[in-house]
Amino acid sequence: MKVTTIGSLWVYLSASPLLSLFLTTVAYLGSYYLIKQFKLLSKLNLQPAVLAIAALITVLALTGTSYHDYFEGAQFIHFLLGPATVMLAVPIYDNLARIRMMMAPMLLGIGGAVLASAFLTIGLATLFRLPAEMVASFAPKSVTTPIAMGVSQSIGGIPALTAALSLITGIIGCFTGPLVFKLTGAHDHIVKGFTMGASSHGFGTAQSFASISVLAGAFSGLAMGCVGLATALILPLLQVFIR
Amino acid sequence: MPLLVGMAILLGCQLIGESTARFFHLPIPGPVIGMIILLLGLMVLGRVPEGLRITTNGLTKHLAFLFVPAGVGVMANWSAIEAHLVSIAVILLLSTAGLQLFMVLFMRRTLGSALKNHDEDPVFKEQQR
Repeated sequence: MKVTTIGSLWVYLSASPLLSLFLTTVAYLGSYYLIKQFKLLSKLNLQPAVLAIAALITVLALTGTSYHDYFEGAQFIHFLLGPATVMLAVPIYDNLARIRMMMAPMLLGIGGAVLASAFLTIGLATLFRLPAEMVASFAPKSVTTPIAMGVSQSIGGIPALTAALSLITGIIGCFTGPLVFKLTGAHDHIVKGFTMGASSHGFGTAQSFASISVLAGAFSGLAMGCVGLATALILPLLQVFIR
Repeated sequence: MPLLVGMAILLGCQLIGESTARFFHLPIPGPVIGMIILLLGLMVLGRVPEGLRITTNGLTKHLAFLFVPAGVGVMANWSAIEAHLVSIAVILLLSTAGLQLFMVLFMRRTLGSALKNHDEDPVFKEQQR
């Protein structure tokens, strides 16, 4: 009797979005307080989102739940990324005077980011003798996932692989960013934010808002949007380098 | 109520952006077009409506949280990564750090003297004194 009640409870929970929404929220909150509590974790630049992602993957793997089932519920959180992207117009608007003042360097920076990213990824992937379709999947990985997937498709890559590479790049960028800033002695929030947005898209922008400043977040969002747009336009022209 | 006004503005811009992207078959995601539309709207209006400001402040603080479901998605594509795990890890690490290094040096050079005016790092300011 008891087994069937638990069984039917499980059937209800796995069909309803409630469980994955709750787990996602708790994993993030838990990670947030854990990192706040232990200095060692924050010294490693570990972000609450990264820890939460690792925890959730572990839980899903242990319980044998598929990502598809988890996403049925978690899509409600995922959906808010849309309005959150639109929202980035507000901090950009707040800093419009600054952006107008450095229009030319910004445009140079955007072009530089697209070219440097393309040649670094294509060069390294070719060096490692990866097949051409994998090289193409690597090329757009520094931009926001939906743009990266579209570009990957149009230059002969595998969109699903690009999605994963783009997400991992975002996570890696949150670790390496602060190290690079320390190494180069970068202090300026505009440089930091722009770098984070250009190299690790949304993850970098979220990190800029959370652990640098609103100013850095605004420029990170700006870089993310502009580098994404420029990549969609420029990368198909660089396709000749992929073989 | 202002919170809902802000939400309505954001969703409205996303809706227009999403429809534009689909209608013209653009390779750019709808929300990015929505962001451009909102920016143009704010420039025409000349200020940020109160409701939008409240919603924005709430969303910016928890932006990273919204990426968790997408991040867990790495597990769905794990089979594609597993085959070349080591080379993928090395390439991603080197190219990301390399790009960041390039960006810092490049932006410093191109932005040049304009940089000194907006350093918000209090520790650094203290050291400068």
